Amino acid sequence: MTASIAFTLNGRHRVLPPGILPGMTLLDWLRAPVAEGGAALRGTKEGCAEGDCGACTVVLEEADGGRVPVNACLALLGQMHGRAIRTVEGLADGTPHAVQRAMAEADATQCGFCTPGIVMSAWAHARQKAHPGGGDAHEALAGNLCRCTGYRPILEVFEALADDGTLPPPLPPAASAEFAASGQVFHRPATLAEALALRAAHPGAWLLAGGTDLGLRVSEHRETPPRILALGGVAELQALSVEAERLVIGAGVPYGRLLDALQGLEDLRPLDAYLRRLGSRQIRGMGTLGGNLGTASPIGDALPPLLALDAAVVLASAGGERILPVAAFLTGYRRTALAADEIIRAVVLPRPPPGAILACEKLSKRHDQDISTVSAAFLLRLESDRVTAARLCFGGMAATAARAPHAEAVLAGAAWSEAGFDAAAAALAQDFTPLADWRGSAEYRLRGAQGLLRRLYWRVARPDLRLEVQG
Amino acid sequence: MDTLPPLRPSRTGMGAALRQDSALKHATGEAQFLDDLPEPPGLLHAALALSPVAHGTLAPLDLAAARAVAGVVAAFGPEDVPGRNDISPSGRVAEVLFATGTVEHWGQPLALVVATTRDAALAGAAALRPQIAPLPALLSVEAALEARALLMPPQVIARGDCEAALAAAPRRIAGEFRCGGQEHFYLEGQIALAVPGEDGDIALHSSTQHPTEVQHIAARVVGCDHNRITVQCRRMGGGFGGKESNASWVAAAAALAARLTGRPVKLRLSRKADMAATGKRHPFLYRWQAGIDAEGRILALDATLAAEGGHSLDLSGGVIFRAVTHALNAYDVPAVRITGLACKTNTVSNTAFRGFGGPQGALLMEDVLFGAARATGRAVDALRELNFAGGPNGADTPYGQALEGELIRRVWAEARQGAEWERRRAEADAFNASHPTLRKGLGGFALAFGISFGIMAMNQAGALVHVYTDGSIRLNHGGTEMGQGLFIKIAQVVAEVFGVEVERIRITATSTAEVPNTSPTAASTGSDLNGWAAHQAASAIRGRMAGVAAALWNVEAAEVQFAEGRVTAGNHAMEFSELAHQCWAQRVSLSATGFYKTPDIHWDPVAMRGQPFFYFSYGAALAEVLVDTLTGEHRVTRADLVQDCGRSLNPAIDRGQIEGAFVQGLGWLTCEELWWDQAGRLRTLGPSTYKIPGSREMPPVFNLRLLENAPARANTIFRSKAVGEPPLLLATCVWNALRDATGAARLDLPATPERVLAALRGG
Repeated sequence: MTASIAFTLNGRHRVLPPGILPGMTLLDWLRAPVAEGGAALRGTKEGCAEGDCGACTVVLEEADGGRVPVNACLALLGQMHGRAIRTVEGLADGTPHAVQRAMAEADATQCGFCTPGIVMSAWAHARQKAHPGGGDAHEALAGNLCRCTGYRPILEVFEALADDGTLPPPLPPAASAEFAASGQVFHRPATLAEALALRAAHPGAWLLAGGTDLGLRVSEHRETPPRILALGGVAELQALSVEAERLVIGAGVPYGRLLDALQGLEDLRPLDAYLRRLGSRQIRGMGTLGGNLGTASPIGDALPPLLALDAAVVLASAGGERILPVAAFLTGYRRTALAADEIIRAVVLPRPPPGAILACEKLSKRHDQDISTVSAAFLLRLESDRVTAARLCFGGMAATAARAPHAEAVLAGAAWSEAGFDAAAAALAQDFTPLADWRGSAEYRLRGAQGLLRRLYWRVARPDLRLEVQG
Repeated sequence: MDTLPPLRPSRTGMGAALRQDSALKHATGEAQFLDDLPEPPGLLHAALALSPVAHGTLAPLDLAAARAVAGVVAAFGPEDVPGRNDISPSGRVAEVLFATGTVEHWGQPLALVVATTRDAALAGAAALRPQIAPLPALLSVEAALEARALLMPPQVIARGDCEAALAAAPRRIAGEFRCGGQEHFYLEGQIALAVPGEDGDIALHSSTQHPTEVQHIAARVVGCDHNRITVQCRRMGGGFGGKESNASWVAAAAALAARLTGRPVKLRLSRKADMAATGKRHPFLYRWQAGIDAEGRILALDATLAAEGGHSLDLSGGVIFRAVTHALNAYDVPAVRITGLACKTNTVSNTAFRGFGGPQGALLMEDVLFGAARATGRAVDALRELNFAGGPNGADTPYGQALEGELIRRVWAEARQGAEWERRRAEADAFNASHPTLRKGLGGFALAFGISFGIMAMNQAGALVHVYTDGSIRLNHGGTEMGQGLFIKIAQVVAEVFGVEVERIRITATSTAEVPNTSPTAASTGSDLNGWAAHQAASAIRGRMAGVAAALWNVEAAEVQFAEGRVTAGNHAMEFSELAHQCWAQRVSLSATGFYKTPDIHWDPVAMRGQPFFYFSYGAALAEVLVDTLTGEHRVTRADLVQDCGRSLNPAIDRGQIEGAFVQGLGWLTCEELWWDQAGRLRTLGPSTYKIPGSREMPPVFNLRLLENAPARANTIFRSKAVGEPPLLLATCVWNALRDATGAARLDLPATPERVLAALRGG
């Protein structure tokens, strides 16, 4: 059992002295003075402390050479154990890095406060763009806000980037660990058995997956929970298998890795495109399906597709496992069927049956990195111009992500027609009484949901047409 | 004060496309923002306690609960203020630092807690339990209008007999609409660091556009002479007007705590506290009626522009002034009455934001033109041309200052031509006829934006230039750097005067100790004012140096030339550095201050007439949008901009300003929505809920041209024109394109997908 947080920072092995709060954010530690145990690296900025502006972006370097941008404001120090972190100070090697020079030479900085974070996103993108599905500069930049430039020169830099070919630094070993300081205990088990034992022993501990939601309670609300059970090091939760009829996705698999696995799966292309609008690369570098299920937010973006595909949740405890359909797992507003001694081990995601139509949709004020006003996933089966089955699932319309039984009933068995979809859209009013908030009025949520359903008709009827304003 | 000889080609002088002075340091992370400075020993951190209700009677706040929190050193409320609890920028009305007796808005500062760590200070502030008996709150412009709650008397600009002209017009049309506010969302939040020194001195580091006002307000709150407070700012992580007056009270709070504890104090607002407690762009409600003829010429217009000022005056007077002076924009209306109201509401006090009421003012005529187009069945762009100021129409604004009609027509024509407007209109029509769910829309806009501060006294600037004996030069002036590239532009001015490369010039932090009594860096005037002031200072030194060279060489001083790092006259030549050393040897001063005041401007606030602007900046823009009729989602697919920068001081900087301003304006008009709940609490308090544009909001086809061969006619610095604010207004073309796509009679702003969908459904 390791008792000190150890990681690689800018290529150098660091073992933190005892006494440093393991539940502090990586950003706070990076910026803290050396006298307070920090790194005094202040190139990394705090712009929002909610994982949205990207000014705090740093890069995790993986053993296989992968580069994962993350928000240092949401990552907790204990989560960094066994990882390799690179900050903006770690790019220059006597002279500025090519990415840094390119940003300056392109007039891609004005006030410069967002620039270090953008430089780090760019450095990660330079490698990621060569990977399947990794080339979109907008996607690479979605997690970074710039208020000055209007983005044109930044995008040009992103599009022109070349990989510098540097090798990943050695990663420190990441055995089971437990860090304690100032009355806080941070458990970082490496096996599921250990995690389950800790879960049973400390049911009140924060159950931390990627931390992109829970991390807000530290970064923004400045909480210091007495005990954190972090699951990021549990090997079993990182398993991911693609099978002929289903995917089994470890609950700890970050969305970024899930997206890699979706490449080449034609039947899940709509899910791939949809998940690329979930958060940003920084959020997807840490965030997990397990975490999205665990927090059970009514606007959890991952939930409608899980419902539409009739996914199941594998819940593990020291006593064994049970499997629940997602619909049964979600019991209410931010409530789930997870027992006090259980951990979500995996999600079983059936692939669409041959010939079925899957569509995933999201409405938000901004296309990228916005929380859904309405999200939706549809699974349709058609036989000779007749809809034989329809699963219509929505987020943002009720206290949980949910199916639309009335609309499904109208569509199932009906002849394929625009009028049929209009009728199903009308029936959504019987399925949902949405809330009004800053993301949209109740009326807009309903109208928007209806519009998404009607778009499904056109997706099938006119596959030749572009139907989104983006793209 | 005439300009120097004609521009010479120069690597780093006037017209060179140099980078922002710190660009590389930004990219390496070496550029230090205020929070990056090393902590002074004994530093304390401060946090604000904010009001949890919008309006109410506040019992004296018991600060014991904060003081009881571990790590808290002190807590201060209004009764602890040694000077005056007054942060009014105008100094003419009471605006409090800490609420006393009454709270006027949700998020209003009540007290300041200082502690050994920032977390302890935040915990101390959170431990306070203010006792507030709620009062009815005015939470909208409508409610304020109904209650006749105004922050100041109406500002009315009128010409002709509006009533009679309306009555005589062949047709009458009317409209009502609203636009929203806008959060600045500077990436670096408000921050100040106050370090106490000897004899009551305070060194005050502030992320501010207005160091002098920080100095004044900190001195007022602390209760000391101005000379005890030195304010310094090297750079801001964005300002956009949000650090014009709001930085002052943040810094004053830090200074207060430093004075009372005797220790350095840093106050850095969290993003949420920043968005709750600092002002934003004013939302406006518009009601107008117009008289038009059969062709769509607007003959008369009576309009009321009601701004949501928030709970206090702040800079609302100036914002309304700019709104009413820009309400006709580039158009002529013979008989007109524009009434500007600053409504008092129980919301945060709205403030300066890039454009300063100009963007809101310029929306008016767009709505009138669309109304006239609907009434006459003519294309809105034809009416635009029919109603432009100048040409056959009058060129004078209703307040008596002439617009340059030929420049309006020129920017508009160049934008249309560059955008291939006619062809794309036909393409859009064909697309719309064939696509089942998407609609294309096209929209245009033309702009005349007046440059100068509305308050005459603010149109002055100072600079301080030293030449050292090695020929290196140190430059200081009253302008602040917030990313807009002011420092490099002014350095280019000085490089041009001395005929040296810009690398010889050391750019330094703005400081009230070096250049006093400055104006804010605002109103797009930074390079106009400080450029001339620096030019004056540098020219004074150059004149003395020329005199020394002339005496050495026995030539006339007028023959001495400064170029390419050398000083020459006929066959004589020496290095600039050598002459600097010669000056020292001959006991000639190599230091000078420079001062500038904008000439030829005046304003009669009673008659509401005059020449308030030194000149106008012109621009035109055309946008194409794609709208989803099923969901209201939309995207700008192309924008074509033409902006008049006069003879650009630095085309790279100007391009960045124009593109950035356009996208910022696009955000204001589309995705950026401030949302208050019924209790008056702002619920969009961070980037997760308040959506500024991301990279995909940038138009994928984004064409920009600086107007060529158009040196400023006014005697501006090297005949350049201001660029900070005008291009923000060009984004108005996006609103017009959305109106075109939806065909809606009314489309309120911001035009979120929700509003666009409602507009498509007929409102």
